[in-house]
Amino acid sequence: MTAACGLLPVLDQEEDTPSYEMSDYEGARARWCPGCGDHSVLTAVQRLLAAEQLKPEQTVFVSGIGCSSRFPHYLSTYGFHGIHGRALPVATGIRLHRPDLRVFVVMGDGDCTSIGAGHWVHAMRYNLDMVVMLLDNAIYGLTKNQTSPTTPQGFRSNTQPHGSWLPALNPLSVALGVTNASFVAQTAEWVPSHLYATLRAAYAHRGLGFVRILQRCPMYSSAVYQAAVQDPARIGLLVHDDGVVVPDLEKVYTTQVAHDPHDLDAARRLAGVTDRIHLGVLFRDPSRPRYEEIRRVAPRTAEERLVELNLELDRYAV
Amino acid sequence: MTDATVSLAAPIDVPAVGCTEHTIEIVSDAGEGAQKCGQIFGAVSAKMGNGVWTVEIIPAEIQPPPRVPDGASGYRIRIGEGPITNWGDATNLAVAFNEQVLLARHRLGALAPDAILLIEDKWAADDDADVRAAWDAAMVELAACNYRIVPVPMEAECLAVVDNPRKGKNMFALGMLAWIYQRDMDRVRDQIAYAFRKKSETIFEQNITLLKLGYDWAADHLDFRIEVVPAPITEALVVMNGNEALGLGAIASGMELCAMYPITPATSVSHYLGEVFERFGGIVHQAEDEIAAAGVAIGASYAGKVAFTITSGPGFALKTEFLGLASMIEVPLVLIDVQRGGPSTGLPTKVEQSDLLAALFGQPGDAPHVIIAPATIEECFHVMIAARRIAETFRTVVMVLSDANLATGVTPFRRPVPDAQWQAAPLDLAPVPSGQRAYDWNPVTGLSRRVIPGQAGGMHTVTGLSHDEGSKVAYSSGVHQRGSAMRSRKLAVLQSLLVAPTVYGDGDGDLLVVGWGSTKGAIEEAVDRARQAGHRVSSLHLRFLSPLEPGLKQIFRRFQKVFTVEINYSDEPDDPFITDENRRRGQLSLLLRNATLVDVDCWTRVPGEPLRPGAILDAIRARLPGGGAP
Ligand SMILES: Cc1ncc(C[n+]2csc(CCOP(=O)(O)OP(=O)(O)O)c2C)c(N)n1
Ligand SMILES: [Mg+2]
Repeated sequence: MTAACGLLPVLDQEEDTPSYEMSDYEGARARWCPGCGDHSVLTAVQRLLAAEQLKPEQTVFVSGIGCSSRFPHYLSTYGFHGIHGRALPVATGIRLHRPDLRVFVVMGDGDCTSIGAGHWVHAMRYNLDMVVMLLDNAIYGLTKNQTSPTTPQGFRSNTQPHGSWLPALNPLSVALGVTNASFVAQTAEWVPSHLYATLRAAYAHRGLGFVRILQRCPMYSSAVYQAAVQDPARIGLLVHDDGVVVPDLEKVYTTQVAHDPHDLDAARRLAGVTDRIHLGVLFRDPSRPRYEEIRRVAPRTAEERLVELNLELDRYAV
Repeated sequence: MTDATVSLAAPIDVPAVGCTEHTIEIVSDAGEGAQKCGQIFGAVSAKMGNGVWTVEIIPAEIQPPPRVPDGASGYRIRIGEGPITNWGDATNLAVAFNEQVLLARHRLGALAPDAILLIEDKWAADDDADVRAAWDAAMVELAACNYRIVPVPMEAECLAVVDNPRKGKNMFALGMLAWIYQRDMDRVRDQIAYAFRKKSETIFEQNITLLKLGYDWAADHLDFRIEVVPAPITEALVVMNGNEALGLGAIASGMELCAMYPITPATSVSHYLGEVFERFGGIVHQAEDEIAAAGVAIGASYAGKVAFTITSGPGFALKTEFLGLASMIEVPLVLIDVQRGGPSTGLPTKVEQSDLLAALFGQPGDAPHVIIAPATIEECFHVMIAARRIAETFRTVVMVLSDANLATGVTPFRRPVPDAQWQAAPLDLAPVPSGQRAYDWNPVTGLSRRVIPGQAGGMHTVTGLSHDEGSKVAYSSGVHQRGSAMRSRKLAVLQSLLVAPTVYGDGDGDLLVVGWGSTKGAIEEAVDRARQAGHRVSSLHLRFLSPLEPGLKQIFRRFQKVFTVEINYSDEPDDPFITDENRRRGQLSLLLRNATLVDVDCWTRVPGEPLRPGAILDAIRARLPGGGAP
């Protein structure tokens, strides 16, 4: 499979000698339930790491709290399994201080769109260079079946047994609504080739690559995506030379929607469509300013600091 | 600017009254520049060699209506022949731009009974009858004291130079003060130039003209001058406020990232850093909220050099969960809490010391960490270097508890001699020796070497879940017991490295006053006065609150009574319903009672202003045998 042109300059990178296999990125044995969509995301990510030959010591996975946030434990890179909803600020601190590190963020829907929603909005705007994955199973998995902001209206859970009271929050619309958002894509864990190609596109993008991954929870919310899994006609593939192109996929997913990811208005319209699930890159603009670059300052040695410090003290001298 | 130069030709034939110290304040409606006038006066005095301590007088609202007592805004400067360590008891000379703001100060007891009051007198003849009546009523109220009231036609005089005298009479007032206290006019001019460096040359010259006007008016009309002889400056000094000192200290420690969200009175640290930090290779990140600020600082620390976050009470509360995480994953972090009155929004601009217990115990679960409180503005600088180093060495959170009094107070102190050793070493990304784990706890000390991303062979996932040496999640009771012990042990190890604190005064006696933070100067002044009156009183000032400094029990034993003086709330023993058992005590006294089993009493107040040495002296007397009668 080849992913789209333009998006993957990393492919031209010189190969570094120790080459990594997918298995080199394996960490602890994944303890998600059998049938959990997170397994598929983990595999796609390991494939991506191997394809990009990322050094495990140069790579950091940051997560919050939730089933999906166990992700870093199952990799052999550096990992930061922090607190619920707050993966993005931690990742921001890492990127600001260490632009040499490759940073990936993994969040659940509760993590990202509920308790961490404020950070999510602002991280989209900071547009740091990192890949941000929202593993959206439309339910709180770890805490056993509570309604999340993305739970479909009417869907029953332990906290809203009569069905979710409100229409679900649309993460794509929110992300596309944030000023300075630079990359918004959607994919599904049950279409592994698309998942992989989308993650690679997000990784290749310079700026914050936000990928909403539709993810099945076999325990509590399998019904949410069941229809789409069983009936490919409910899915529309966004196609464009500058988007995600997965050859042969059109044989299964026959609904193709031509969409130029530079067209923000069109992206917002597509995000709002309710009778079909669109997979692909909705929006991409690599020219958006990146906060980490704006804020980069020249490093100083201890001696240089001493000189400046004495000048500063002179200013306050009696 | 020749024609704007101040002439010192005015005859100086009024003899000056010598004082060892004097307290001056300038009060006005908000936005009339009284603070700038006071700042310049304070800076000039410090540079001339006087001891100086300044305090901002801040109204509760940003734009209070004019001419109301609650709107009093200004600056108090206490100057002395020797070092001045606190704001003192009362003002000896006030310049007021209207009589209402002065009334506020009078009602607060801020003015000495024999204070000299220079008041703008235009209100006496105002077109508005209500204003005239208010003036008259104020004069009656002020006449109850022995004040010396001097009406001054400030605006009328300034009209000769400016169209809007409301903006400019602060320089006129500065001129008067410069004459009264014989300030060095070259320094005054330099300081004005510095204070208005962002304004035009025209503004500067206008200010100098107004200054001269005030100076000459005073020379022509006043019959008193005051002399507080400056001491020759024998060592290099710097003069700044506590928040600038914290910022400079952070720079000197080599930290490179400050993450914050604006909140008074902490924000001005970031205002200062925002101006200069980049020159030092550092950045201030204004996060979307305090939680994010803590997260960004933790992320940066985790990935390399220790970072810091600054906040005040409400923001501190928001950071709680992240602080617990930092403790659990042993990420070094420095947190500055510039305390203000609380709970909730409380007294946003006023001093209080009521975050101590929240700082110590605020994180659910057991989250041991270090707490240090600088006692002076000089210590605000040096504490940051210690904090960074301790955070790094002990892989721990270090909280620095400053307060609004230190934050805005300005005083000269010995110029620090920066040392490259104060700074964090450059990142060492050498591969991790095989076999070294994420937390190779030394079983005796709990200390372990940090591994950071980029180091080959050290890959692991840090987690807020209970974990073992390899950072592997482990729910077994043995692992949690061991991890908890290792994180806790570090504090005892740190305590073993601290020296017992020094008693101020004799090592034994009738009474020991214990304090922490910004109250040091006022407590020691009160102790001095008590000792001069023959009382056997000493004091002890703690910098480390967690772990507590060693040897306290032995020190306490040598005194008949021990009590703390703190700016936080405690019940009075004779209040209704209050018993010895249910009495809620001062925060430090609680910690000391626990650590020493000594019956440590407390005297605490929450006046929304620094404690006055005179008030502390009264508390001391009340606890002495025979009520402390001289
Ligand atoms: C501050 C805080 N509040 C609540 C929790 C409890 N909690 C843990 S995970 C979670 C939600 C998990 O749902 P989601 O983010 O969608 O992740 P999933 O488990 O579905 O992958 C909650 C509410 C917590 N750990 N911390
Ligand atoms: Mg979920």
